[in-house]
Amino acid sequence: MEGLAKIIGSNKGLSAVIAKEVGDHLSGKRFLILSLLIIVICLGSLYVAASTIRSSVGRDQLDFVFLRLYTSSGSSMPFSFISFIAFLGPLIGLTLGFDAINGERDRRTLSRVLAQPIYRDALINGKFIAGVMVVFFMIFGLGFLVAGLGIILTGVPPTFDELCRLLAYLTLSVIYISFWLALAILFSLLFRQTSTSALAGIAVWLFLAFFATLLAGMIADGIFPVSDNSNVDQVLANDKVKKTLSRLSPTFLYEEAVVTIMNPSVRTLGPILLSQAVGAIQGTLSFTQSLLLIWPQLVGLIGATLICFALAYINFMKQEIRA
Amino acid sequence: MTSKNNLLKKNFIVETINLTKKYGDITAVNNLNLQVEEGTVFGLLGPNGAGKTTTILMLLGLTEPSSGQAFVAGYDSTRNPIQVKSIVGYLPDNVGFYEEMTGIENLLYTAALNGIPKNQAKIRIEQALERVGLKDTGKRRVGEYSRGMRQRLGIADVLVKDPKLIIMDEPTLGIDPEGIHDLLNLIKDLAHQDGRTILISSHLLHQIQKICDKVGIFVEGKLMASGTIDELQHQLAGGSDHVEIELKTVPFDDGLLKICQKINGVLNYQWSEDYLLLQCEQDVREELSKKLYENNYLPLHLQLRGISLDSIYLRYFQKEEGYGGGFS
Repeated sequence: MEGLAKIIGSNKGLSAVIAKEVGDHLSGKRFLILSLLIIVICLGSLYVAASTIRSSVGRDQLDFVFLRLYTSSGSSMPFSFISFIAFLGPLIGLTLGFDAINGERDRRTLSRVLAQPIYRDALINGKFIAGVMVVFFMIFGLGFLVAGLGIILTGVPPTFDELCRLLAYLTLSVIYISFWLALAILFSLLFRQTSTSALAGIAVWLFLAFFATLLAGMIADGIFPVSDNSNVDQVLANDKVKKTLSRLSPTFLYEEAVVTIMNPSVRTLGPILLSQAVGAIQGTLSFTQSLLLIWPQLVGLIGATLICFALAYINFMKQEIRA
Repeated sequence: MTSKNNLLKKNFIVETINLTKKYGDITAVNNLNLQVEEGTVFGLLGPNGAGKTTTILMLLGLTEPSSGQAFVAGYDSTRNPIQVKSIVGYLPDNVGFYEEMTGIENLLYTAALNGIPKNQAKIRIEQALERVGLKDTGKRRVGEYSRGMRQRLGIADVLVKDPKLIIMDEPTLGIDPEGIHDLLNLIKDLAHQDGRTILISSHLLHQIQKICDKVGIFVEGKLMASGTIDELQHQLAGGSDHVEIELKTVPFDDGLLKICQKINGVLNYQWSEDYLLLQCEQDVREELSKKLYENNYLPLHLQLRGISLDSIYLRYFQKEEGYGGGFS
C-alpha cells in the first residue's frame, strides 16, 4: 500500500487526473442514467430470484441458496443478476471510456492539460485507473446491495464458501468490465469522432455477445461436420474447434468463469463422455477447486485487458498532440 | 566554456539550435535558430501553416523534433519536458476548457496538475481571475462563457502556475476589437509589470505589432528575419539603398515639387493619385516638415514607406513568393 502511494506520488499529475476523472464520472449524467438502469434491473431480478427460492425451498432440497440469489431467474423475469451484469457490464465499460481521449481533443483541452508539468502517460493511466475504480465501487456496491437485500428477503445468511465465491465473481466482473474500458479507451484514440468510437465499441460488444459463438459453431461445423451418427472423435474435434475459437472472445471466457464460480456443481468446462460419468459421485466442488478450474479464463481476461490498454498506451504516447 | 554556456542561458530564455521537424516529406520547421531574450515580448509572425504551432509544441516538449534542439531556460525541451513545462505557461489557440465545470474548478485542476496545494491554489486563482477581469464569473460553468471570456480564462489558467515564460498561440483570433485592445494591454502588463517573457505567435501582425519588442518572421518553416522592427527595416534595406516617402499637403501643387527638390537626398519623385512619392537616400521627413512649414504647406499625410511591420511582413512573404527585388 505504501509502495503504491509512492508510485502514484512520484508519477506527477497522476493523482490529480484520477481525482478529477472519478469526480467527472460520478457527477456525470450518463453514468447516473446507466447506474440507475442497472440498479433497477438488478433489484428486479433479485426480487424474482428471492420469490422463486422462497416458493421452492419447501419442495426441493436446496443448497447454496445464497448463490441462487444471483443465478436464478423466474418466469416473469427471464434473466438473472449474473446474466444482466454479463450483458450490461460491457456497456458500463464503454460508457466510461469511449470519449476518454478524443473527447479531450474535441474540447481542445488536451494540449492545455499536457502543457502542465505532468508525464504524458499520467493522463491515460489516470483515466484508466479512475475508470477501474468507478467500476469497482459500482460492481461491489451492487453485489453487496443484492447480498444484503437477499438476506433480508430470504433470511438465509451466506456460508464462508459462498462469500468467497461472491467476492471472486465480483472481482471477475470488475476485470471483465475493465477490458471493455481499455477497449473503449483504445477506440477513443483510434477514432477522432466520439460518436464513431462509441459505435465501434457497441459493434464489438454486440458481435461478441451474440454472433461470436454462432460464428465459432459455424466454422467448427464446416471443418468437422457432425451428424447424428458421427463417431466420437469427430464430435470431440468439432467441440474442440468451437471452444478454442469461442475462447478467443473475452465475453465467452467471462461467461465460462462466472458459471463455474457461481455454480459449485459445475465440475468441468469440457465435454464429458458417458463412460467417464459412470460411477462418478454426485457432489460439488470447493471454492478453491472451482477457482483452479477457471484459472486459465482469469488469466486470459487479465491478459486481454492489458493488451488493449497497452495498445492504447503506445498509441497515445506516439500520437501528435495537435489536431 | 561553461561560463559561456551560463551566459547563453542567462540571456536567452528560449533558444533553438537547428530545430527541424518533418512530417513525412513535408518540412514543417526547417533549421530554426530562434533566440528570445528574457523579459521581452517576442512576436512570432507568419502565415497559417508556417510552422509556428509546431515550433511551440517542440519548445514545450509535446512534439519531438526530427533533428536539432530546443532549450527553454537552459533545459532541453525533449529531455526535460517536466522542468520546461513547470516554468512555461501555454495558451493554445482556441483554448478549451471542461464545459460542465466552473471556471474556478477548471483552474483548480490546472493547479492540482502543477502540484500546487489547494489552499494556495485558491488564493492564486482568485488573484488571476481578478487580473483578467473574471472575478464575478469564476463560479459560472465554462459552457456559458463567451469566446473572449474563455480567452481571458485561458490567461488566468496560465497565470495560476506563475510562469517565467508565457507562450500564446494566436491569442487574438476570434475576439472583437475592444476585447483585443484589453487583451493586448493585459499582455503588455504581464511583460512589463511582472517581468515575464512572452512569446506570441500570430498571423495578424497589426494587432501584435504594438506590443512586441522583437519579432521574428516565419515563412514555410524558416525564420526569414528576426529583430526589432527597426532592425528588420535595416535588414530589408539591404536589398535597396533608398527609402520612399509618401506626401500629401494642402495645397497640393507643383510648388511642392520645388520645395522637395531643394532637400538633400531626394533622388526622384512620382505623382500618384493621392500623394507624391519621393525616393530618397535616407529618411528626410524632419527637414521636409520644416521646409513645408516655412513655405506655408500643410502636411496631411507624411509616411515613410517600408517602416511599418505590415510592409516588412508583406515584403518577406513576397520575397518568399518570388517577387523579390526593390520597390514597385
